[in-house]
Order: sequence, then structure tokens, then C-alpha cells
Amino acid sequence: MKILEKFEQLEKNKEKALIAYVCAGDPDADTTKEIVSSLVRGGADIVELGLPFSDPVADGPTIQAASQRALDAGMNPDRYFELIASMDAGVPLVCMTYYNLIYKRGLDKFASDCAGSGISGIIVPDLPAEEADDLHAACRKHGIDLIFLITPVTNGDRIEKILDRTSGFVYIVSRLGVTGTRVDVAQSTREILSRVHTEVPKAVGFGISDREQAAEIIAAGADAVIVGSAFVNIVASADNVSERVESLARELKSACK
Amino acid sequence: MKRSMYGRYGGQFVPEVLMPALNELEEAYERYRDDPRFLEELAYYMKEFAGRETPLYFARNLSKKYGTKIYLKREDLVHGGAHKLNNTIGQALLAKYMGKKRLIAETGAGQHGTATAMVGANMGFDTEVYMGAKDVQRQHMNVYRMQLMGTVVHSVQSGSKTLKDAINEALRDWVTNVENTHYLIGSVVGPHPYPMIVRDFQSVIGNEVKRQIIEKEGRYPDSIVACAGGGSNAMGIFHPFIENREVKLFPVEAGGCGLKSTKKEALHSASLCAGEDGILQGAHTRVLQDRYGQILESSSVSAGLDYSGVGPELAHLADIGRIKPCNVNDEEALEAFYELSRTEGIIPALESSHAIAYVMKMAQSGELGDLVVVSLSGRGDKDLETVFSLKKKENRRVCL
Repeated sequence: MKILEKFEQLEKNKEKALIAYVCAGDPDADTTKEIVSSLVRGGADIVELGLPFSDPVADGPTIQAASQRALDAGMNPDRYFELIASMDAGVPLVCMTYYNLIYKRGLDKFASDCAGSGISGIIVPDLPAEEADDLHAACRKHGIDLIFLITPVTNGDRIEKILDRTSGFVYIVSRLGVTGTRVDVAQSTREILSRVHTEVPKAVGFGISDREQAAEIIAAGADAVIVGSAFVNIVASADNVSERVESLARELKSACK
Repeated sequence: MKRSMYGRYGGQFVPEVLMPALNELEEAYERYRDDPRFLEELAYYMKEFAGRETPLYFARNLSKKYGTKIYLKREDLVHGGAHKLNNTIGQALLAKYMGKKRLIAETGAGQHGTATAMVGANMGFDTEVYMGAKDVQRQHMNVYRMQLMGTVVHSVQSGSKTLKDAINEALRDWVTNVENTHYLIGSVVGPHPYPMIVRDFQSVIGNEVKRQIIEKEGRYPDSIVACAGGGSNAMGIFHPFIENREVKLFPVEAGGCGLKSTKKEALHSASLCAGEDGILQGAHTRVLQDRYGQILESSSVSAGLDYSGVGPELAHLADIGRIKPCNVNDEEALEAFYELSRTEGIIPALESSHAIAYVMKMAQSGELGDLVVVSLSGRGDKDLETVFSLKKKENRRVCL
């Protein structure tokens, strides 16, 4: 399913989107499949599946540790696309990874593998808009959305440049810093949302971990909330993962209705 | 070619949150690089604080033994014991002009961290340095030096616990504190404009050599040899000679235990000799990586060369044949460490020992010509414990 179709469907139902992130292969590929099913049962509308990289500079310790667990368990791009192809998630899947893995595989092949396996969009946190022309062309050729980030320090000119290139949704970073759960997101989110004017859905991430925060973000005008570290923490605990992931997804989704 | 590129290398591959900071840094550098007040202050610090200019020393005994004229550019005599201060003075001054209050840096051997701690203390910055836990252990006197000067040293526990991981952590700090913090990168690596800025501040080395060698020999050298991890001393001494094509330029990489790799680790740090095209820590360059693009951990007896990437300009110069990348292994570097200490009474850093080792190895081949300049990028005091612990082993081989 395409990302925009999902947003259109949600709009008809007067709902906002819950986008959930987990790292593919953490702790292993089979468990990832179960986790994705649980996320979708709990109400996740889009699932971001991290393709782990050895040096994830935009991520905090939680997701870095998840990436390392996945790499240690043998996850690699070949297995990642096999895993995606074997899923029937029923919601759009987005690949989040770092540029060297894409560059090494070849931009066209990477985009083609995404399309072939069932990935709808790509997020590359170390690829700013200025460096993305070639990947943008490859994604367009294969019908894949390339999703860019906007942060609290992104100025007006850059916002325009980013919005020109982004499709699917635009990823709005609610505060400075790397990924990880924190509490002070509402104010900075209101401020940044007021500066981003676009028809593309606005998804806010970084620092959201519970229903109350998700509700604040939605009330501030976001079309979606993105939650990563809170789910990854549950996976890391290895304790009753599927049930707890489903339960957190349900709680967060209730703020999006 | 884009301004930020060297051939196909370079660029700015960083999280979006850092792009405004990189643009701000580039604008500030363009504004102040020719500003008389900035240049006057820079010259003052270089002379009075760093102790420039450094001598171009004729290594008489070494020359006699190896049958070629060998000059040593004595960056080991810069305050702090390495060339690193050239760049930290320049960048810290720039940060001061930009109104930043806080400096962060990464360090491998501790020399760049120490140099950052020095300028941080001297110019009144809050200073924090990230250092891999493995390097903290093998360079703990440098850690203490930094702490003495009021710098907070973070021991990085992730990944290979060396320079690459220290850079990752410094980048994360910068992402979080970008509004008041200048990230003082220590080598010609990372996103544009860093490779250019660091190269320019380090070019003082090559510019001095140009004048000094004419004074002493009436001509340019046949070759210049410098060790290369990230490559800041190499670019610093090479850059003023790039247009002088008769001067051969040799960056010597850490061959470690030989140019082999395992599944997760390279047994060397030779990115120019054995790396592949890739994107690492903000730049497109040559990188030690596996078939999927995962970054391999590097290895070297020398903490300062123990890095999985290399400066993008060096990668470009290698591509076009202007520099000739080479490498020596750990054992050869250790031999050179002893040799220079005994023949000249100068204890070189293990990094610089790689450059000396290449000269020792190639002097008879005719490859280097009759007049060689070696960048003695740092002094070896910081490495004494490493060498001592290796010597205690009956067999001095590092790679067993």
C-alpha cells in the first residue's frame, strides 16, 4: 500500500496516523515479523523498519544498541529485503537506514529492491536534500517515496528546498538531539509546525513515548506521530514483547482518533 | 564540480539538524579567512603559543645510514607535542569569532584532544572531548593532561571503542547542542567545510617547508613523506606542493598486521590502499567496509592512525595519481621508532614512525630520490607505555 493512500484513508475516517519504528532483525528476523504484526494489530498505520548500520550517528543509544543486536544476529540488506518480501503487513512499510548501505548496493538497485519487496518509502537521516538528487531520481523511477526531515533549526529557505523533494510524508523532528524518549516535545512542535506549510502530511517524531505526548502532538496540528525508542525499549527488554508492543501501539493510536 | 567536492569525494552527508551549522561555519570561514584582524590574531597564537615556526632539521646520522638526504619537519616541537595545535588554534579562534561558548572534539591518540584542551583553556571555552575507551586505556596520560586543563573527557564504550566511535559520539553531542557548540574536528575528514578548513590551517607546515628547504638546499625536495590516518599532517605538508609536480608525495598508512580483513574487522587502517568508495561520518571518501557497506573496525599499533576512513581530498589526489599511497606494518613502524630514537636522539610518535619506516624501507630503492622531507607529526612520549608493554613481551611482534 502507498503511503498517501493510507493518509487519504485515515482522513476519510477523521483519524491521524501512528507511525511505529522498530529495527529489523532485533532480536532476530522471525521475531521482527511477529512484532510488526503486533504493531499493526495495535493500530500502527505505517511501520518503519530500520535497516541496521554499524555507525548510526543520528540515533541515540537505544536505537544504536538495537542496530548492534540486529547486526550481531546477522541482519544485512539481502536478508532485510527477504524479510520484507515475506511479510504481509497490510500497512505501508518504510525503510529507515543510512546512506552508505544504499550507496554500496547501488541507488537504482536499492530502490528497485524496495519496490520489489514491498517497501513504500525510504528515510535516510544522513542524506540532506542537497546530496539526494540521484537517490531521488532512483526512487521516482521505482515509485518509492523519499522522506526528508525538518528540524527546529531548519530555516525557511531550507524548508522549501526539503518540501520540494519530499513525498509520502515529511518527518518533523520535534527537538534538537538524537532519537530517544524525552518529555518536552509539545512547545517545540507547535513552533516548528507553524513554519511548515505543505500539502504533504506532517509526521512528528523524536521524544514521543506515551499517549499524552502523542495527543499533544496531534493537538498541535500534526498529521502523524512517529514513535521509535519506546517500542525498541520493549523489544530490548525481551519480556512479553508482542503483547506489550501491541498494547503501547493501541494506547498511542487512541490519541490519533 | 561542486565546491564541497574533491573529484567525486567530499560532500555533506549529515543529519539535517547539522546543515545550518555547517552553512554557518562555511560562511564564517569565508568571512574571516582573509580578515586582517583574524589573521593577525592567528599569527600571534601560532608564534607565541604554539612556538612556530618549527625547524626543518637535517637528520645527519639517518641520512648517512640510509644514503639519502633526510630532513625532518619538527612538528613534534609544537606546543603539546604534535601538529594538532595548528588546527585547533585556527578553529577555536573561528569559533570565538562566531560567538560559540563551547568546544567539543573527538580524539584518537589524545593529541587532538590535548590540543583542543589547550586552546579551550587558553581562550576560555567549556571543552569536552570524546575518546574511545580503548584509546583512553592506551593513552591515559593524555587523558590526564586534558583533565588538568579543565576538559571533560568522555570514554566512549560503543563499537570498536576507538576514534570512529568517538567521532560518532561527538556528532551526537553536536546534534543536540548545535546552537552554542563548535565541533572542532581534528583531521581533514567529515563534512564540508571541515576538510578544507583543517587543511588550510595545517598548510602552515608545508608553507614553512617550502621556504626552509629553499634556504637550506636551494631547491624543492624530491619527495615528501607523511603518515596518514585521517590525513591532517599529510594534507598540511602536501598541499602547498600539489602544483609542484616534480615533488613526489607519499602518504604512509598503518598497514597494521597486513592488508587483510576479517568479517567485522580490518587488520589494518589503510583506507587509501585497501578501502573502497563509501560514505562515512559526513563525507564520501575511501572507507574500510564489508560487502554491504557496514564499516569495518580498523587496527593499528598507533592510536592516531586507527581510523576506518581518510580525508576526501587525499582520496581524490590518490585517484588522479598526485599522491602515492603506501603503508608499513606495525612491526616496521616500531623498528623506525627505535631507529630514530637511537640515531638522532628524537623519539617519534608511533604515527610519525610509520613515515620514518617508509623512508628506511625505500631509501635504497631510488623511489624517494636524493632529498626527502619527512613530516615528524608528533613526539613519542605519549606512546612510551605502548612500546614498553610490547617490548616486555619476549617476541616484539605486534601481530601474533
